[in-house]
This record gives sequence, C-alpha cells and structure tokens, in this order.
Amino acid sequence: MATAAAHDDHHGDHDHKPSFFVRWFLSTNHKDIGTLYIIFAIIAGIIGGALSGLIRLELAEPGIQLFKAGSWLASTGLVDASKHGYNVVVTGHALIMVFFVVMPATMGGFGNWFVPLMIGAPDMAFPRMNNISFWLLMAAFSLLVMSMFVDGGPGRGFGGGWTAYPPLSTSGHTGPSMDLAILSLHLAGASSILGSINFITTIFNMRAPGMTLHRMPLFAWGVLITAFLLLLSLPVLAGAITMLLTDRNFNTHFFDAAGGGDPVMYQHLFWFFGHPEVYIMILPGFGIVSHIVSTFSKKPIFGYLAMAYAMVAIGFIGFVVWAHHMYTVGMGIELRAYFVAATMVIAVPTGVKIFSWIATMWGGSIEFKVPMLWAIGFIFLFTLGGVTGVVLANAGIDYSLHDTYYVVAHFHYVLSLGAVFSIFAGFYYWYEKMFGVKYNEFLGAAHFWVTFVGVNLIFFPQHFLGLQGMPRRYVDYPEAFAQWNKVSTDGYFITVIGVGIFLVLLLESAVRRRKAEANPWGEGATTLEWTLPSPPPFHQFNELPVVKPDAH
Amino acid sequence: MMRVWTPAKGPVGWRKPRPRVPFMFVGGGISPVLRGAAGTTDRGDMKSSFHGLRTRAAWALAGAGAAFWGGAAMANDLLGQPTPGGIDLQPGVTPLRHHAIFFHNVILLPVITAITLLVLGLLAWIMIRYNKRANPVPAKFSHNTKLEVAWTLLPVLILMVISIFSFRLLFAYNDMPKPDVTVKAVGYQWYWGYEYPDQKIGEYVSNILPEDNAKAEGKPFRLAVTEPIVVPVNKVVRVQVTGADVIHAFAVPAFGIITDAVPGRLNETWFKAEKTGVYYGNCRELCGVDHAFMPIEVRVVTQAEFDAWVASKGGTVAGAAPAAPSARSADAGAAATPAAATAPVNPAAPAPATPEPKAPAGAPAATSTPAPSAPAAK
Repeated sequence: MATAAAHDDHHGDHDHKPSFFVRWFLSTNHKDIGTLYIIFAIIAGIIGGALSGLIRLELAEPGIQLFKAGSWLASTGLVDASKHGYNVVVTGHALIMVFFVVMPATMGGFGNWFVPLMIGAPDMAFPRMNNISFWLLMAAFSLLVMSMFVDGGPGRGFGGGWTAYPPLSTSGHTGPSMDLAILSLHLAGASSILGSINFITTIFNMRAPGMTLHRMPLFAWGVLITAFLLLLSLPVLAGAITMLLTDRNFNTHFFDAAGGGDPVMYQHLFWFFGHPEVYIMILPGFGIVSHIVSTFSKKPIFGYLAMAYAMVAIGFIGFVVWAHHMYTVGMGIELRAYFVAATMVIAVPTGVKIFSWIATMWGGSIEFKVPMLWAIGFIFLFTLGGVTGVVLANAGIDYSLHDTYYVVAHFHYVLSLGAVFSIFAGFYYWYEKMFGVKYNEFLGAAHFWVTFVGVNLIFFPQHFLGLQGMPRRYVDYPEAFAQWNKVSTDGYFITVIGVGIFLVLLLESAVRRRKAEANPWGEGATTLEWTLPSPPPFHQFNELPVVKPDAH
Repeated sequence: MMRVWTPAKGPVGWRKPRPRVPFMFVGGGISPVLRGAAGTTDRGDMKSSFHGLRTRAAWALAGAGAAFWGGAAMANDLLGQPTPGGIDLQPGVTPLRHHAIFFHNVILLPVITAITLLVLGLLAWIMIRYNKRANPVPAKFSHNTKLEVAWTLLPVLILMVISIFSFRLLFAYNDMPKPDVTVKAVGYQWYWGYEYPDQKIGEYVSNILPEDNAKAEGKPFRLAVTEPIVVPVNKVVRVQVTGADVIHAFAVPAFGIITDAVPGRLNETWFKAEKTGVYYGNCRELCGVDHAFMPIEVRVVTQAEFDAWVASKGGTVAGAAPAAPSARSADAGAAATPAAATAPVNPAAPAPATPEPKAPAGAPAATSTPAPSAPAAK
C-alpha cells in the first residue's frame, strides 16, 4: 500500500479546541463527529440488544410468557405486552440494528474518523454537512423510538417487520406509528445520503499528494464503495416508503390491489434498496479487517488490487440480485432462474476476499492482540454465514427454507457475527488512536471469547430450527422447537456477559487513563493515521503528507 | 483448494448395496412407514423403518463432515411435523421434497461444510505455524497470480456444479403435471379458507385447533387445525393461493412447498403426496398479531376416503378428472380479481370464540376429520 513520508506534527499549535457546547453540539470536526457517531452507535446497540433480549426471553420456551398481560414486561409499561408488542420489538430490533447501530458505527464512526486520516486530508470535504448528517440521524432515532410508543393500529407501535410490506404496513397498521417510522427512515436516509456525498467528495478530491486511488487504504475503498451503494439505493427506498405514506394517508393505491396497484411492487423497490443495504453494512468491515490482518501479520495485504476490486464487484452485483428475497411471491421462472444465477456469482468475489485474508496471514508473524482475535473470528464466522447464503441462493432450496430460522441464522452470521465483529475489531484497533488511552488487553480478549461463544450458541442452533421448518417472526412455536430455542436463549445470556465485560473495559480505561502511543502496533501498521499522535491533534495534516509508492 | 464433491460416484459406489432405497432419498426418511390415514400421534414407529440407516450413515461419514448432520439425526425424524431436537430437513413425501433434500444433504451441505472446514483448517494452521513465536520473521510476499486465479476459478466451477442441480430442481418445481385436484387456499388474518372449485366445495374456514382440543385429540398444538385440507394420495394437487387482507404464505415443509398469499394475485404451487398421513405447515409471511397461530394441516387419504369426504362436504365427485383451465400463467403474477371481492364467507375470525358454523352435521367418518369443536380462542 502506501507509506507516509516524514511528517511534522504541530503539537499544540493547532489544537485550539472550542468550548464544550460548540465542540460537541455544533461540531464540524470529523473526529469529534466520528466520536459522536460511535457513542450513539453504542447506546443504540444496547437498546437494540435489549430488544433482542426480549425476543429471546419470549422464545425460551413454548407458550407466551412475556408478551401477555400480567408479565413483568407488562408491568414496566414500556412495550405493548401482547403478541402485537412482540412484532413491534422484532421490528424495532431490526431497524435499530441496521440503521442506528451498524451504519453509524462503520460509516459515521470509523468512516468519519479514519477516512480523512488515512487519505491524508485535514478534514471531510463538507464539515457542516457532516454535522447535519449526524443530527438528522438523532432526529430519525427519536422518531423511531416515538413510533414504538404511539398507536400503531393493532396496538402500540408498528409490528410489520423492518421490511414493512404492504398491505400489512398500510391497511394492517392504521395508527400514526407507521407514519413516524416512515419519516424516521426518510431522515435516516437523508442523513446517509448527505454523508455519502461527503465521503465521495472527500475521497475523490482530498487525497494527499501521491495517493492515487490504487494506493488508497482498503478501508477508504470500502467506505467509497459503500457511499456509492448508499447514494444509489437509498433514493429508491425513499420513493418506496413515500408511496407507502401516500397510500396510507392520501388515498393513493400504489400497493393496493383493489385500486389497481401491486403489493409485490413494493417488495421489488424495497429489496432494490434492501439488498445493497446488507453490503453497505459489511463493506467497511471488509476494509477494517484487511488492515488488522495485515498489521498483526506484519505483512502487506495480499492481492491489494484484487481485494479492492472484489469489493467493487460485490457492490455492483449487489444491485442485481434483489429478488432472491422474493422467490415465493410468484415471479416467472425465467426471473427466478436469473436471480439464482446472479446471486451465486457473489460468492466468487467474496471467496477472493476470504482467501486473500488467509494469504495475508500466511507466512506472517502473527500477534494475537485483541483486534486480531476479532478479525480472525470475523473471517471464520463470515465464511460460515456466507456458505449458508449459497444454500439459500438456490430457489429450489429456498422453497424449503424461506422465512424460516435458517434465514435468521444466515443473516445474523453475516451481520451480527460478521459486521459486528468487524466493528469491534475496528474499535479495538483504533481505540488508542481515537481516545488517547489504552484498553485492558485481558478484558478485551475476555470480551472476544465470551461473545464468540455466546453468539454462536445463539445462532448456530437456529440453522437446525430452520431446517426443521420453524418460521421466522413467531411469538410462539410448536413444542418440537423447544430444545434448540432454549439453547439459543442460553447463548443470549452469555452474550450479555460479553457486553458487560465490554462496558467494564470502557470504564476501566476511562478511569486508569494509561497513556496511548502514536503507534502501538509496530511495523505492521503502515497507514497514515499511525504517523499522528494518539489522539491526533484537533486539526491534522496542515502540511499535507506526501505518499510514495512502496514496493508491492 | 478443496476436494470437489463427486455426487454420482460416492454414494452408489463404495458401500455394499444393502440399503436399497434409491440414493436420492437419503435425507428423506421415506422408508415405508405404515401409517393409516388416521395416524396422528407420535411417530415412535418411525425408528424401525430405518434398517438401512447405519449403512447410509457410514457412507455419509466417509463423505464429508456433514455426515454427522445429515445422518445422525434423521433416524427418528417424524413425518409431517417437526421433530423435537431435530437438526435436519423434515423428511418429505413428495418427489419435489425428495429432490430438494437430496440437493441439500448430498450436494450443498457437504460442499459448504468442506469449504467451512477448509477455512477453519487454514486459520488453525496459520495460528499454529505463523504466530509470532513460531515464525518471528514475516515473509513479505503479497502476490501470487496462479493462486489468485485458482481461487477465483475453483469457486466458479463449484458454483456451476451446484447450479446444474439447482436449476434442475427449480424447473422441476415449475413443471407441474396436469393437476388431478385443485385446492384454493385463501389467507385471512388469521386463518385459512379452503375451497375445492372442481368438487364444488365452497370455501370453508380452517382455524387453529385450541390447545385443550389439541391435547384431548392428541394432536400437536399450534400445528393442528379445526378443518384440514383433505387430498387424495398419489394425485397431483394444485394449490392456488391468494390473500384476502395482507400477505400470508402457504408453506408445508414435508411437501417442500411455499407460496405467498398476495392480495390481488393468484399464485399456485403443487404437490403429489406419496403417502397417506397428516402433514402440517404454517403461515410463513409476517401477517400481524396472530401470525404464529394460523397453521396448515393437510390430510392425505386414499381416493375412496377422499370421495367420501367430498360427499360429506356436499361436493360432487367429478367423474372425469377436472379439466381446469390451464392457469399456468398465474405463476407469472397475472392478477386475479381482487381477493377481497372473491372471498365470500369468513365467518369465524379467530378472535371471538365462535362455534364453527360451517361443517355439515355428520362428521365425515372415513377421514377422521376432527369434529367441529367450538371455541377458537387461545
């Protein structure tokens, strides 16, 4: 990749931090905004994780224990304690995790923090737009939370799933809750579109002298491709949910068969956004893992160009496979055959990435520091989630597994265990750089191992449930599914312990305040952010670094 | 990178040919189970029928790591409903499901298991061989064109092999033989309505069987229903599916079928059950509050029993096979009339405790259709 030429820091000289309020509420500094995003993602993650706890508790055994009158959940009054409330929780869990945890963490958090640092830019191209991106997301989150507490129709909140298929999301939910959720997605989408414009502009125009696109770190590549995916897919989602809004409130019939519309049309529009969205969540993680694997193996990334263009290929193909979510809606056979073929093609560039990571480690001198543990965990778990994706790509098998827990297991392996592991990998990798203190190595490793065991215990048995035919989004299930559901819920408790360790780790490092080093990882860490002190000065690269090609 | 699976040779080739079950049915558990039409209780009897299992399991172990998964748990799998603690696909009773189980257990599962184990093995080797202590000086290579070409092309080849089987299965699903019986299933919030247009059986309502009744009748709660679908064995049954209010999905695992019930569309799927018995399914598209409580129960009976049932329902037993207008295009989404308009009777919405109003007084003897039992409340 690229190494930085000698570079002068201007300690202190440019470190005029504004007052607290101006710094954190009117922020235009990419690092501060990145920190805000990360803090937000952690808080939203705890909320989303708590919601998944309600799901797992309810599913611990057959029958309805939690979501009924008289349960402890009912006495808290927070969630509608009914079967509808369960659907609301499932919906809220998905929307929060997708839009308010993974995306803010990878794009908003790490993207804001490290894209400018890695490409040698002083800040993002549009600092104020960066600020409004963050606060729009706040507004979006407020709307979503509000939507869980107002009338949805069958009860409080919207319980139609994150996909919000009509007619369930139109005539099936007549209350204002769904409208709030739609507006929330509008704002979150606007936030992401503005952010994407910012990233694309920054990456295209503000790279340090000598840093061609083909010398750009892979994380910046990942963010660039993700930004394009967001820019092209989110307007389609915005259009689809706007049509939902008008169907609900202004008597249009876009998705109403009785008025000449077609509910399946919504599904096409939604998944045209929805499928790229899953790559949006994982591509920055690909970049992060590449850096970590290279750093701790003390080897350059294997097949750098192939890695970059594999991401481009994944992003591109990601746009032409959407209807593999819709094999059962009654599409023509030719369409289904096409989407089977196109979907399987994605496995090829993904395989290139997996094997290139392995080849990067091959021959290396590997140190198993905490970020590396998460990165290796990511590679394995993402592979596991990827191969079940190959199974589901086959429409003929999908007819046996569609909308079962097999699907739930699959996408949690690539997202909950894939994207989230890459986020934790990046978090530990850049922890010192971002916060200027060291974390406790033992707690970090404990966090990894406990989480690894916990999430596998949650999600691996769900393959079995799916193969046996347990449908998704069920508040209650036949007795036969009891055993593996119990195991899955046990795994959740172990994962909660992992979260607890993580919070202790944050607290411990905040109390102890061990001084960070500029580059704690040594010779393997070659990207520009490691040439700066930890934390970097408030404004960096006032004198642009010059990047020279290195031998690879 | 990995041993490529050779589907044809492995199974037939190298073990003694004792299990005469055609290999294709390896995961199916379709060995002859003697079950009367009325057999509804637990399926402990299944075990005995798996005499060939050990041989098969032995073969499977030789095949790939998947063996444990594919072979071990199949032994006691129930037919037509999920098995407690089961870890594999529910056994099937239709050619499509056998085909799908073969594709999954013999092609896909070994391939993905091998790939996962390969990655795991490589990672383990790397962690042992290339850690800081074992290999203090890192290599510096970052390219190997041959290797990169190999790990691009090899997956392509594997996927092509998979796709051959995949397309064969997909087109098999699509090629419905001439149907003998047509059932129209309409999804409502939150129950199913069934209609036999050719037998002139008007739509009747199928609610979830309340827990007490299910217990009393020894049926699995949350799977059993008040009024099942009844179809003859070894006949091609076409299921036309639509939704009356929101989108539902009609799915029966043992048949390997699922089709969305979309308002304004008439989707269709088909099955040909090879064995009499009771087969349970579910609604598989989130449809609101009681999504989990609108199960599907299909009773496969002999032709005589079916005819008796039709008569008891006040239908006419068509002499000639009903030559329904070829509705193949429905698959492409040709919109039917808006479903809400066509759906006539939906008397027993599940919420209020309404007695089942529709069933004729005399309970159809032969099919052991559950007597209409009163409350639908949960």
